[in-house]
Amino acid sequence: MELTGAEIFVRSLKEEGVDYIFGYPGGAVLHIYDALYQQQDVQHILVRHEQAATHAADGYARSTGKPGVVIVTSGPGATNAVTGIATAFMDSIPLVVFTGQVPTHLIGNDAFQEADNIGITRPCVKHNFLVKDVTRLAETIKKAFYVATTGRPGPVVVDIPKDITAEKAEFRYPDKVSMRSYNPVHIGHAGQIKRAVKLMRGARRPILYTGGGVILGNASEPLTELARIMNFPVTNTLMGLGAYPATDPLFVGMLGMHGTYEANMAMHHCDVLVAVGARFDDRVTGHIEKFCPNAKIIHIDIDPASISKNVKVDVPIVGCVGNVLRVMLDEIKSNDVRSDAAALKDWWQQIDEWRSKDCLKYDRDSDTIKPQFVLETLYRLTKGEAFVTSDVGQHQMWAAQFYKFDKPRRWINSGGLGTMGFGLPAAMGVQFAHPDATVACVTGEGSIQMCIQELSTCTQYSLPIKIINLNNGYLGMVRQWQEFFYQKRYAMSYMESLPDFVKLAESYGHVGMQITRTGDVEGALIEMLKLKDRLVFMDFLTDREENVYPMIPAGGGQNEMILV
Amino acid sequence: MENEAGALSRVAGLFSARGYNIESLTVAPTEDPSLSRMTLVTRGTDEIIEQITKQLNKLIDVVKLMDMTEGPHIEREMMLVKVQAQGERRNELKRISDIFRGRIIDVTDETYTIELTGAGDKLDAFLQALDKGVIIEVVRSGVSGIARGDRSLVL
Ligand SMILES: Cc1cc2nc3c(=O)[nH]c(=O)nc-3n(C[C@H](O)[C@H](O)[C@H](O)COP(=O)(O)OP(=O)(O)OC[C@H]3O[C@@H](n4cnc5c(N)ncnc54)[C@H](O)[C@@H]3O)c2cc1C
Ligand SMILES: Cc1ncc(C[n+]2csc(CCOP(=O)(O)OP(=O)(O)O)c2C)c(N)n1
Ligand SMILES: [Mg+2]
Repeated sequence: MELTGAEIFVRSLKEEGVDYIFGYPGGAVLHIYDALYQQQDVQHILVRHEQAATHAADGYARSTGKPGVVIVTSGPGATNAVTGIATAFMDSIPLVVFTGQVPTHLIGNDAFQEADNIGITRPCVKHNFLVKDVTRLAETIKKAFYVATTGRPGPVVVDIPKDITAEKAEFRYPDKVSMRSYNPVHIGHAGQIKRAVKLMRGARRPILYTGGGVILGNASEPLTELARIMNFPVTNTLMGLGAYPATDPLFVGMLGMHGTYEANMAMHHCDVLVAVGARFDDRVTGHIEKFCPNAKIIHIDIDPASISKNVKVDVPIVGCVGNVLRVMLDEIKSNDVRSDAAALKDWWQQIDEWRSKDCLKYDRDSDTIKPQFVLETLYRLTKGEAFVTSDVGQHQMWAAQFYKFDKPRRWINSGGLGTMGFGLPAAMGVQFAHPDATVACVTGEGSIQMCIQELSTCTQYSLPIKIINLNNGYLGMVRQWQEFFYQKRYAMSYMESLPDFVKLAESYGHVGMQITRTGDVEGALIEMLKLKDRLVFMDFLTDREENVYPMIPAGGGQNEMILV
Repeated sequence: MENEAGALSRVAGLFSARGYNIESLTVAPTEDPSLSRMTLVTRGTDEIIEQITKQLNKLIDVVKLMDMTEGPHIEREMMLVKVQAQGERRNELKRISDIFRGRIIDVTDETYTIELTGAGDKLDAFLQALDKGVIIEVVRSGVSGIARGDRSLVL
């Protein structure tokens, strides 16, 4: 039977097992909305701004491992979605974003609500497609999901002109697609893996530097086994938090600009660095010439372009982390490979000495609320089981430092693009995917205002998100840099005229609380957690000039941290 | 590359987004109409060329890539030059053109249009050999390349 393009669209999503599509309607996608209206399989979630649709789909994807799906209209709908697409691109998150387009015959005509969606999104997508023929719609959708979710994942945009959604074609959803120019590698090179194991066996001061790739590749289990068999210390990037259990004694914390002293010192002094699904970001390496001066470097990554991009490595292994680590484990077990116990004993002694600096210490007796204390208490009260989304700024770093993630996919934040406004909509996506879980959005008074309109979406769908607003009255991360590097000239980092967040939350039908004293923090959080089915907006008035420590200043090496 | 509308802009966009320089670029469909072949000339350290190669391979429209400079290869470029050709200059120009194995393909009372094919430095040398004043217009095709021997870039 022939179906319209709009019907083919909906049926294709069903074939892909899509349960939620986040979006916002408009002229170019009206046929599609009409088709969505007439079915029950795919639930459409109406956001309040297209940026939020992409972030929500992104939160859904990060917390489940399944692709997030978005639909927006042409022109402004698509341009509003760009920030979210770029956010997903930088963190390698699988999204399929459908953008409406003006009818084929009007393309290029400066037609009403026309934008060159393919051109605008090209630099921030893994790939994009313009559908020019209704008979190719189903196949294109199949390809979009395939490309988004395989290899190094990423967002894919499918631009659909309005006329295509009205025309008819026979519907046949392909079981699989193959593309001659796209063949992601899965299996690592056996010889390289052997070389890596040999290096690891001889290592005297090894460290595992693991990143978002372990989470994307669902490889926490083999990673944990490898670390334990070898007794190697593990550090995670901001994107890798939860890939290795944070409460495990082998874990030395996050590394990088705001990582722990012990992690960064161990990196600086290591002789064998095993990088797993991490991309040597400049927030991690610090000054590149000073990075790991004495290390032989092994790098496992699915994307050849990540390897030797910033730092030349000695043993490159292109492949999917899960596969590579399992082969590595086999190699280790079947040859009874042991790490150098005596050397590791000294190494651990050295690491423990660095640990004893207690680099995350803060003033626990302060009556003014310390943001660190709020997060520590949140961690304790949620028993580390919550999903935590975050915005961007100081609060993000404190959440990363003080909430200990033992499981992957619990820590949801924008690392690569650093998108303020990400936290609340991402939390919505997480909550849809995990309706019974506690989902906390850690944010700041600056960031939350960038997508604050989504409080309305949360009302419509009864999303019981817990918003932890660490309100320091400053664009704190900016202020901190101005304090350190611009002699306290606080240019535009102070925001006047903040709203009354309690009233604001209440006006959307939510619960709001303001907490001003340290003594009230725990009680308030307990009360918040009791309100299981309500969104609670917790406005913590925190120490205004608290700084994030430790810190590697710009141009510093990993051994040149500013400590508190 | 796939012979698709967006393919060329993906390549060009990659170069500008990552700050690489395109010295020349030629592209045309192949005998298989679903494919086009591009020859792109760029310059960089080994590390940069390695990154460019990897990034190009990542583009989904790029089917197969070969760094010609990794082996013996032939580079050819075509050039059309319109020159002022009056009076006794006409003979002189014809002679230089012959030396470079050029062909005069259009003639007026005032001008010659010369076609010349070769490696880039030969075309440069030809322009050098002409009096600066006589050149009216130059159009160069950009380099096309092919490997020597049995090395080849086919699917
Ligand atoms: C305010 C702010 C401060 C920050 N401070 C820090 C900091 O102190 N420390 C820090 O670490 N980061 C920090 N970041 C984050 C930083 O910008 C980067 O986003 C982050 O370091 C990148 O993490 P990653 O290396 O794990 O790479 P990701 O971006 O997670 O990339 C994953 C890598 O794994 C590969 N991969 C994907 N899937 C697979 C697979 N299946 N198999 C194998 N490989 C795979 C990819 O190709 C890629 O190379 C900060 C960000 C902000 C906004
Ligand atoms: C969309 C966007 N604009 C600007 C920035 C730059 N920026 C990074 S952190 C920050 C301040 C964030 O302030 P707030 O949300 O109050 O968090 P705090 O640092 O105070 O915890 C700014 C402006 C950004 N990351 N994202
Ligand atoms: Mg703030």
